[in-house]
Amino acid sequence: MKFTSIGKAFVVTAAAASLAVGMTACGNDNKSGTASSTSGSSAECGGKNALTAEGSTAQQNAIAEFNKAWGQACSGKNLSYNGTGSGAGRQQFIAKQVDFAGSDSALAKEQIEKAAERCGGNPAWNLPLVFGPVAMAYHLEGVSKLVVNADVLAKIFQGEIKKWNDPAIAALNAGTTLPDTDIKPVYRSDSSGTTDNFQKYLAAAAPESWKKGAGSEFQGGAGEGAQKSAGVVQAVQATPGAIGYVEKSPAAAAGLPFAQIDTGSGAVELTDDNAKKAIASAKFAKEGNDLALDLKSLYSTKEAGAYPLVLATYEIVCSKGYDADTSAAVKSFLKVAANQGQANLSKAGYIPLPDAFKARLLQSVDAIA
Amino acid sequence: MTVTTPNPADAGSGEALAAPFPEPTPVSLDPLKGSKVRMGDRVFRLLAEGSGVLIVALIAAIGVFLLWRAIPALARNKENFFTFGGNWVTTDTSAMHFGILDLLQVTVFVSVFALLIAMPVALGIAIFQTQYAPRRLAGPLAYVVDLLAAVPSIVYGVWGLYVLAPVLKPFALWLNENLDWLFLFKTGNASVAGGGTVFTAGIVLAVMILPIITAVSREVFVQTPRGQIEAALALGATRWEVVRTTVLPFGLSGYISGAMLGLGRALGETIALLIILRGTQTQFSWTLFDGGYTFASKIAATASEFNDQYKAGAYIAAGLVLFILTFVVNSAARAVVAGRGAK
Repeated sequence: MKFTSIGKAFVVTAAAASLAVGMTACGNDNKSGTASSTSGSSAECGGKNALTAEGSTAQQNAIAEFNKAWGQACSGKNLSYNGTGSGAGRQQFIAKQVDFAGSDSALAKEQIEKAAERCGGNPAWNLPLVFGPVAMAYHLEGVSKLVVNADVLAKIFQGEIKKWNDPAIAALNAGTTLPDTDIKPVYRSDSSGTTDNFQKYLAAAAPESWKKGAGSEFQGGAGEGAQKSAGVVQAVQATPGAIGYVEKSPAAAAGLPFAQIDTGSGAVELTDDNAKKAIASAKFAKEGNDLALDLKSLYSTKEAGAYPLVLATYEIVCSKGYDADTSAAVKSFLKVAANQGQANLSKAGYIPLPDAFKARLLQSVDAIA
Repeated sequence: MTVTTPNPADAGSGEALAAPFPEPTPVSLDPLKGSKVRMGDRVFRLLAEGSGVLIVALIAAIGVFLLWRAIPALARNKENFFTFGGNWVTTDTSAMHFGILDLLQVTVFVSVFALLIAMPVALGIAIFQTQYAPRRLAGPLAYVVDLLAAVPSIVYGVWGLYVLAPVLKPFALWLNENLDWLFLFKTGNASVAGGGTVFTAGIVLAVMILPIITAVSREVFVQTPRGQIEAALALGATRWEVVRTTVLPFGLSGYISGAMLGLGRALGETIALLIILRGTQTQFSWTLFDGGYTFASKIAATASEFNDQYKAGAYIAAGLVLFILTFVVNSAARAVVAGRGAK
């Protein structure tokens, strides 16, 4: 498509321009790998062979895919990623123990300064690389299509709507008879980025209904908690009348039905394209190359055909301040992840990057010195 | 012949005089005292004393560490630590809300429930193994029971939730529908059909502590004096009467100490309960169909997000309470056992 080729051309010129800038600005070590691309592959493969990263478990499978692609595009390269949780990942990044961190949320305000210290006085950037859709899985016999919206979800998870045949739900599901059973909401009982993003979504999309704030612990006041995504899937499967929020891939693997979300312009199913539309409409919180998303704009999107409940996970990198080897390796990995690594993402349950977004992301990656 | 008063100094004169008789020097009753102390003795004594001191120092160090990390977090607690039973809010570490009332209730409730199930079964197994089973059967049976102790607790958790809970579901639903006039079977804050309740967790926990109680009881029952058993048999007692009159009174203190060991294990069980018990948003209400956290599973649920010392301190404070609780339970058990032993 015309747009794709414009995007590609843009990326190539941006890469060439930043190569020229990079060679002068970044370090005086001449063996910095910016000039040594392997013959026959379009990937830059410079820098050290072993990268380390740590953090979010939500993006673990995506990182594994990216690592495979990186190893194929650049032989001998490997990233060891440790899924210890977003909080631990950010901490280890600030403590200089790992090259970059994978995190379900951008750096907290108190951490921005410490991260800048870690990067030798330069700011750390949040680059959203992996998007995972969050599904509303439910267990209702005989109901094959269920439509909800943020308002109804907020009330369900606060315990205000207690039965499936409540008029608020019935209004969205004309043509389906909902049974007179109790609703059993299921939440994540462990500290989780999915919970954080779900609560942020409810706060952004239904602010007059959701009164409980956000955070990685569920604060809604109703329901039962299960341990990790596997636990939520099992709970929904075992409990008639249950509804729970969980990442798409474990729920799809178990064969659970997903509810469709209505943002005001009709029910939207959870598909890659619908999620991409929501991502494409998201705005960034700041100008410049720190691409932390303004999550309110993502979650309160009213665009037709967009599925808003998407978990954005970031790679937190230094904008400058890496030694030359690390910097080249990080850039190489991120570029391969954004290009070759996107091929198998959908099968792994994540959303491939929309094109305009990818271009913007690669622009920031190139600006890493 | 005249009778003369004999000279007392003469031998055999009648009045016995207390002759000075050399007393041997009193010897100390301790056979080891005063013996020559060789180098090997000194080294061994030092090692033995050192090991004893090391263990006490280790326990003390753990207690001090828990206190030291817990106190700053307790200072920032906006609620009463002992009476607050709601959701823990620790995102803003300058004003946290946490308390252990709910945790304490769930921990004690699920452990006592498990103990009440496991104790009679363990007693039965131990008596069967030592008094009734033929020799060929007792060995393999002991082996199988001890094998239960070797199963990792995460396997118990997964088995409990994915295999046992569906099997127990009809029984649990029946209890909840028909016997809910009793507070134990009322509907709680976790769904009965979902299986993540104290009912399932207690049964799994009972299976986990069964081998401990059985092993200790078995060792004690086997040591019943043969003479007493023979005497009872000679008096015409049946098998059961022999057990009731000789084995049980003899082994009761050992059985109780085994049960307390099992209770200690149940109080501290982490992973199995983390997997089975569903988290809850409403208060615990002393029914078997509630979910919730125990001390250990609450800490384990959030352990990966301890990125701040005050947040970690809040959970360590809960760990400190568990430490003290186990300490108290074990001391009480020892007092009970010592009291019975002294009779």
